[in-house]
Amino acid sequence: MRVPISWLKDYVDITLPIPELAERLTLAGLEVGKIEYYGVPSGDSSDGHLVWDREKIKIGAIVEVKPHPDADRLTIAMVDYGGDALEPCVNGAPNLYPYKGQGRLDPPLKAVIAFEGAELYDGHKDDGSRMVLKARKLRGIENRSMVCSEKELGLSDSHEGIIILDPNAPVGAPAQDVLGDIVLDIELTPNLARCWGIVPIAREVAALTGQRVRYPSDACVMEGPPIEGQAYLKIEEPALNPRFTLTLIKDVEIKPSPYWMQRRLVLAGMRAINNMVDATNYVMLETGQPIHAFDYDILVERAKRVGDVVPTIITRTARPGETIETLDEVHRELDDFTVMVCDTAGVLSIGGIIGGAESEVYDASTYTLDAHGVEYDAERGKADARPRGTTNILLEVASWNFINLRKTLAAQRDRGKEVNSEAGQRLSRGVHPELALLANKRAIEMMRRLGGGTIAQGCIDHYPAPPPVAEVDLPLEFVNRLSGITLASGEVVNLLTALEFECDLRNGGTVIHVVTPPHRLDIDPHDPATARADLVEEVLRIYGYDKIPNTLIVDELPPQRSNVALEREERVRDVLVQAGLREVVSYRLTTPEREALLTPPGAASSWPDAPYVVLANPTSSDKVAMRQTLLSGLMDIAAANLRSVDRAAIFEVGQVFLKTGEPLPDEPPRLGILLVGPRDLPAWMDQNAPESMDFYDLKGVVETMAQALHLPDVTYTPAAHGTFRPGRTASLNVAGASVGVFGEVHPLVSRAYGVPEDATVLAAEFDLAAIQNHMADDRFRVEPISRYAALYQDIAVVVDAGAPAADVQAEIVQAGAPLLREARLFDVYQGEQIEPGKKSLAYALTFRSDTQTLTDKAVAKMQQKVIKALEKKFDAKLRV
Amino acid sequence: MLEELEALNDEARAELVEVADSEALRTWELAYIGRNGQVTGMLRRVGDLPPAQRPAFGQRANEVKNALQAAYGEREQAIKAAELAERLAAGALDVSLPGRPVLTGGLHPTTRMLRRFYEIWADMGFQVYRSRDVEDDMHNFELLNFPPHHPARDMQDTFFTTEKDVILRTHTSPGQIRAMREYYPEPIRVILPGMCYRHEQITARSEVQFNQVEGLAVGRNIRMTDLKGTIAEFARRMYGSDRQVRFRASYFPFTEPSMEVDVSCILCDGAGCRVCKYTGWLEIAGSGMVHPNVLRNGGYDPAVYTGFAFGMGPERMIMQKHGIEDIRYFWGNDLRFLQQF
Repeated sequence: MRVPISWLKDYVDITLPIPELAERLTLAGLEVGKIEYYGVPSGDSSDGHLVWDREKIKIGAIVEVKPHPDADRLTIAMVDYGGDALEPCVNGAPNLYPYKGQGRLDPPLKAVIAFEGAELYDGHKDDGSRMVLKARKLRGIENRSMVCSEKELGLSDSHEGIIILDPNAPVGAPAQDVLGDIVLDIELTPNLARCWGIVPIAREVAALTGQRVRYPSDACVMEGPPIEGQAYLKIEEPALNPRFTLTLIKDVEIKPSPYWMQRRLVLAGMRAINNMVDATNYVMLETGQPIHAFDYDILVERAKRVGDVVPTIITRTARPGETIETLDEVHRELDDFTVMVCDTAGVLSIGGIIGGAESEVYDASTYTLDAHGVEYDAERGKADARPRGTTNILLEVASWNFINLRKTLAAQRDRGKEVNSEAGQRLSRGVHPELALLANKRAIEMMRRLGGGTIAQGCIDHYPAPPPVAEVDLPLEFVNRLSGITLASGEVVNLLTALEFECDLRNGGTVIHVVTPPHRLDIDPHDPATARADLVEEVLRIYGYDKIPNTLIVDELPPQRSNVALEREERVRDVLVQAGLREVVSYRLTTPEREALLTPPGAASSWPDAPYVVLANPTSSDKVAMRQTLLSGLMDIAAANLRSVDRAAIFEVGQVFLKTGEPLPDEPPRLGILLVGPRDLPAWMDQNAPESMDFYDLKGVVETMAQALHLPDVTYTPAAHGTFRPGRTASLNVAGASVGVFGEVHPLVSRAYGVPEDATVLAAEFDLAAIQNHMADDRFRVEPISRYAALYQDIAVVVDAGAPAADVQAEIVQAGAPLLREARLFDVYQGEQIEPGKKSLAYALTFRSDTQTLTDKAVAKMQQKVIKALEKKFDAKLRV
Repeated sequence: MLEELEALNDEARAELVEVADSEALRTWELAYIGRNGQVTGMLRRVGDLPPAQRPAFGQRANEVKNALQAAYGEREQAIKAAELAERLAAGALDVSLPGRPVLTGGLHPTTRMLRRFYEIWADMGFQVYRSRDVEDDMHNFELLNFPPHHPARDMQDTFFTTEKDVILRTHTSPGQIRAMREYYPEPIRVILPGMCYRHEQITARSEVQFNQVEGLAVGRNIRMTDLKGTIAEFARRMYGSDRQVRFRASYFPFTEPSMEVDVSCILCDGAGCRVCKYTGWLEIAGSGMVHPNVLRNGGYDPAVYTGFAFGMGPERMIMQKHGIEDIRYFWGNDLRFLQQF
């Protein structure tokens, strides 16, 4: 909320420089997001706002408006600014035309006059640029001053005419002292709903700075016939409408508000409309209590329509099928919990939220008054379109169950008919019913002062459901235990009393009995444990959070456990980074259509057919459901990166989301890997560009990972999966079960994701939980290093081209055990030198014993054994 | 013959000085002290002398030969050194040419930051507790003291799913309830990292998903000063030993009292800069003492137990640290961004 300091000062003395005050408020939870300065200096010249020169920008009285001899659209304002002579001031302000050539004005018009050398905003530019006023001739007349618009002073964007101040503005005073102001923009958290008014802010300021609040008076001059008998009131649902008050004013004149009031409203962020609407808004801003004005004559007519004489206001929940057209011209359906303000003829407004179109005093959305009292019709653009006169107003100030208002607002919003009303916003956060009568009296008296008329005697005040008073015993021990600081009971009492809590000490001073003041709903009246915590917060807010020291926990240390899943997940990340891959993190939100791109058009999907977790309220069309795979995101990342770089070697670790029969989905963790682009980075010393990565680059990464994670019994078998290219797809099997597939992505899938056609994409997706389960704990065995020398032999065997190399390898290892320690495949050959349909596999064999030096003879024997085994199993021939 | 020997010696020495490379040196060696060299030859001719002269000549001839051999050795070393130096000089490289590029992998910046969190908090006895992304309204809101229609729900724009009362978690706080229910009646010290979701438009300043790390301590004597001191320790580890920490009153439904935690700006040390918006302070955490209702919902009696909780945003901390102005970089996964870490 916006708090003009000039207004705040009506209720509390400001004893700190404004930046310090803002800091105190911020630390106490009223976060000052911004301090705005209007014309006055801030003490920090670097912030660059316009400061009105005290000597050159002053309050003046326009005593006469003379015509300009050579220009119809200009006038010469004769301004008394407290100097020796009147200052002739040539200007083009349209709101001075009506006074042109009328001779001496009585009373004069008060205005702001700026002299040569004064810095102002340029009224003719919209970019916030400034100018320094210079003397010059205007159509032949020497001019060295200017009467200012709000825009030129930086008060608003209004440049329609000059500012005309209230008649009591002091002539000759620096404009700074009269119009200058500072506004604090305070962000209020939901628990501070009570602070949504200038007076409540004054209360906080007073508590924080040791001052007293000057509360506004509720005195009213009530001289008309009693309200009793002119209106009746009936509350049907006290729990939803705990209080309702009415006052009545007759023969009040609707006209513009005085300039000071308009100014305050604008600084506080509202528009000035007319004196009646402004009075309700002003008192709302002051107290925090929204106010609603009915045209009393319309209510009387409505009553007559149904055979009554006197209007009866009834509050009740909406009946089935009931609707209302509200003053924002929206036709609204109502719910059975919506509380309506009605009369005997039907509904008038949605209680606490928005008025009906019919009974409004003035339709604020259509009629506005400019700062000088010229009335506009926004649609027709013509002044004085609506007859002015006097009117009779019945003023409603009521209290509502704020949770019910929130349900009502939510229900309207769900129908696509969101209500934006100041009243609804405030009342739906909670306004204490105690405020209603005070606000009603303030507002009706304000109307009388601004518009004349007569207030009916008395108020109708039904208060069937006062909120429970929170009253709690606060043990001093609890305050000190929760806070960690040591306060005496007297200190706690002082801190709470500053916020108007009533305190008395009990149990020899060890317990403070606290009664919550009647403007707060935030202290829990039902649960003492919560109320005590609420009160400790109040104590500390005023005590000052900046005074709280640092300590370390002395409490018992909980049993320590390790998080195995996380530790193993991090190990997987480390291994892949060591393999040269870069981790990515993608959106977990996607669309089913995007993920469907993983299946080539017309092909059968190899992905599980689980339902998606679908958002009911997505914010964008590409993020409507939770992902079921990491691959789709990796493909998108690859495609996006290939627009700027030519290589990506990436992986992602994270959950996917699979709906089951339960309300909450499965969230299994996955590991996705993607490689695309050249194997190496290009270098100046290499003649040829590096080759593209292929299936075996990915296989190498997968093997490295399996080895580094000590996965047991790892095998690779051919696999079929729609996302991958047939014949270039493998399953990674651990301990006899597949943990996922990897391979070359199907070219149609790559193309669907926008990967360039010549790029081969290699990808994998693995079940991370399965991998984690199979990862050896950190007690894996380490093999001793043999002291004996190894012997090396190469062999090449010719087998059928279709025989899997892994099978041949396995056979070699098995047959050569235990002396054969390593069999490294170093060449695969197919071609002229061997039979068609065959291939040659060449292995470097390492033989070693842990107990003796091997002889050539022993090795030759082992080698024979290996060759025999291969002959038997694969019909292999030794290639010589 | 002795004169002849001395003349030969002078001649050999003079020639050796002129020898400049290995080849000439070899020629010199052959000419004078090799098997068929002149000095060696003179030694062989000692029998031509009268016997009385033989010992003196022999001795002198040996002296000469040894001396020449020593000189030869020295000369050989010098020449080799010179030749090596010349060869090395010829192999000089342009060291300003770029090196061969090395392929490296790397962790996402968020993972790096999360690991830093795990490490620092583990040192203070906080263990990692993770829970699900897709949550029910009960755990995300109600048990955390956000009743239905409560104004506090406005603070967290929520993604709802088509399944009734199932939402994407807006914070990792549901894990507080899950941890408390799992560990009761033990004291608790955990951090709860994880991805959270907010119903927002994606802009440079706001994202639909972000990581959060919450902390929770519950015990019989957990104090607000402990919260401040613990976060101060964290800030000193994370940002350096001279960090100041301050509390600002705030509001979260699941803590009472509630505080924002600010740390003196890591870039300007509190002097005021663009990153801290000239306040000298950076907001690093929302925090507070666990609300009695939340303790109760977790199974802990608020008359006996107290607790503190805090929540931090790793991405925001990375942005502050590295001057990143666009939060979309994190899930944009542009390698040109990721490779800078």
